Amino acid sequence: MAGGLAERLGVDPVVIRFSFVVLGLAGGAGAICYLLLWMLSANPEGHAVPVSIPPAVRPTIATISVVTGSLLVLRGFGIWLGDGVVWPVALAATGSAVIWSRGRHVRVAPLRIVAGVLLIAASIASFLAQHVGLNTPRNLVFAVTITIAAIALLLGPWIWRIGKRVTEEQRDRIRSEERAEMAAHLHDSVLQTLALIQRTSAPGEATSLARRQERELRAWLYRRSSPEERATLNDAIDALAARVEEGYRVRVDAVVVGDRALDERLKALVDACGEAATNAARHSGADSVSLYVEADDSSATAYVRDQGRGFAVSSVPHDRRGIADSIRGRVERYGGTASIKTAPGEGTEVHLYMPRNGNGG
Amino acid sequence: MNPKVFVVDDHAIFLSGLRSELGESFEIVGEATDVDEAIDAIRKAKPDVVLVDVHMPGGGGAAIVSAVVKDRPEVRFLALSVSDAAEDVIAVIRAGARGYVTKSISPANLADAIRRVNDGDAVFSPRLAGFVLDAFAGDATVIADPELDQLTAREREVLRLIARGYSYREVANKLSLSVKTIETHVSAVLRKLQLTSRYELARWATERRIV
Repeated sequence: MAGGLAERLGVDPVVIRFSFVVLGLAGGAGAICYLLLWMLSANPEGHAVPVSIPPAVRPTIATISVVTGSLLVLRGFGIWLGDGVVWPVALAATGSAVIWSRGRHVRVAPLRIVAGVLLIAASIASFLAQHVGLNTPRNLVFAVTITIAAIALLLGPWIWRIGKRVTEEQRDRIRSEERAEMAAHLHDSVLQTLALIQRTSAPGEATSLARRQERELRAWLYRRSSPEERATLNDAIDALAARVEEGYRVRVDAVVVGDRALDERLKALVDACGEAATNAARHSGADSVSLYVEADDSSATAYVRDQGRGFAVSSVPHDRRGIADSIRGRVERYGGTASIKTAPGEGTEVHLYMPRNGNGG
Repeated sequence: MNPKVFVVDDHAIFLSGLRSELGESFEIVGEATDVDEAIDAIRKAKPDVVLVDVHMPGGGGAAIVSAVVKDRPEVRFLALSVSDAAEDVIAVIRAGARGYVTKSISPANLADAIRRVNDGDAVFSPRLAGFVLDAFAGDATVIADPELDQLTAREREVLRLIARGYSYREVANKLSLSVKTIETHVSAVLRKLQLTSRYELARWATERRIV
C-alpha cells in the first residue's frame, strides 16, 4: 500500500512508511489513514480493491473527508466557536444539503429526505441537549428560534425554488401573450393582404394593396404603442394618405414636420388636405401626389401638390363645390386661408394655412 | 464611363429587382446581404457608389458606412429604405451616407440619385428633407456652434420645397437660383446634419448606441 502511494506521489516508500509510523504514534491518526487508504486504493497489480465503492459516491466521500478534516484542523488551532455550536450546525447543513442537492437519480429522493431530516433533527437535539433545560423563558425563546432556523433550513430551498419557478412561468406567459398578439395582428393584416394580392390580377391593384399594407405595418412597428397616443397630426396624415392611395391608385408621398396632437383646427386642416389630395388623385392624371404639412405651436401650413394636367381656375363650374366648400370653407371657418396655384399643363398646388390660436374659431 | 455600383440589401428579391433595374445604366460590381460580407466585398470591389439598406441585421447600413468610409473615403453611399424611423435614417447619414431615398422611388429617379451621389452631391428625398427640418426645428437646448447647429433661412426654404415634392430643378426655378446653387445649399445641410451636436440628434444617437 505504501509502495502504491509513494509511486503516486513520487516519493520514496520509506518516507511514506516512516510518516505513517509517526502519525500512528501521534494519537492513532496514522493507523486510521492507513486503514482507509488500504480500503480505497487499488493495489499495484490492479486487483479489485478490498472495499468496492461506486465511482459516483467517491467525490462525496472525498468532500466529507476534506470538510471534516478542515474542521478538525480549525479546532486544533483554536479557531472555534465551541463544540456545542459547530457540530450541530455542520450536521444541520449536511442534512439540508442531503435533502436539497439535485441527485441524478430521482427515486432516491424519499431516502434523502429521511436522511436529511434525521440529520437536522439530530443537530437540533444535540444543540438543545447541551444548552438547555427549557425551564426559563429565555431558554424557551432560544429553543424556538433554533427550531425555526432548522425549519427554514429544511423548507427554504424549496420555497426559493417555487418562487423561481413562478417568475419563470410568469415570464413565459407574458412572452407567449406577446407572441399571440403579434401573430393575430400579422394574420389580420399582412396575411390577409398577401392572400388578396395573390388573387388579384391587376398589377395596379396589387401595388396599392402592398403600399397600404406597408404603411399599416410600419405604423404598427415603429410608432404608437397605445391608442391614446394615436391622435396626432402625423397619424391623421398617414391615414389620409393611405385612404387616397387605396381609393385612387396613386402614390401619396406624405411628409410631416413638427408632429402635434390633433385639435379641432388641425383636424379641419387635415380634412382640407384630404379633399385637395382626392381632387389631385381624381383629376390631375398624375401618378403621385405630394403632401407636406408643417406645424408648430402658433400655426400649421400644408401643401398638396401634383404634377398633373392642371386647370384654369376660372373654368371650374360653380356647382363643383369641392374647392369652394370642402377646402376653403373648412379652413376659413377657423380663420385659416386656402389658395390654389395651377395652370393648364403645369400641375396644381394647394396651399393651406391655419393659425393655431386666437382669431375666429 | 458608367459609375460602378455595389448593392447591399438583406432581401434577395429586392436585390435582384435592383439589379435588373440598374443593370443597363450602371456597372453592378457586386452585392451583399449582410454587414460583414458587405464591408469586405466593398473594399475589394472598389465601387463608386454603394446602395445600402438602412435596416440590416448586424448593425444596419450605418455600420457598413462608418466601417468603409474610414479607409475608403472615395466610396459614396446612398441609403435606401422602407423605414419610417427618423433616427435610423439620420444615423446612416451621420455615419457618412450622402443621401437617402425610399424604396418606392421610381427607377428613373433612383438612377438620377445614383448619378448625383456619384458626382459628390447630396440626395434629399422629400422624407429626408422632412426629417432634417424636424431635427433642426425650434430652439435647440444647447447651440454649441451656430454654424453647424442651425439652418439658414435659405436652407430651410430649399428643404421645404424638396419636402413638398419639388425636384432640384424646380426648386431652382421657384427661387430664381441655379441648380448648382441648390446643390450647394443641400450639401451644406448634409454637412450640418453630419456634424451638428444638436440635442435631438445626440439623443437619437445615444438611443441607438451610435456615436
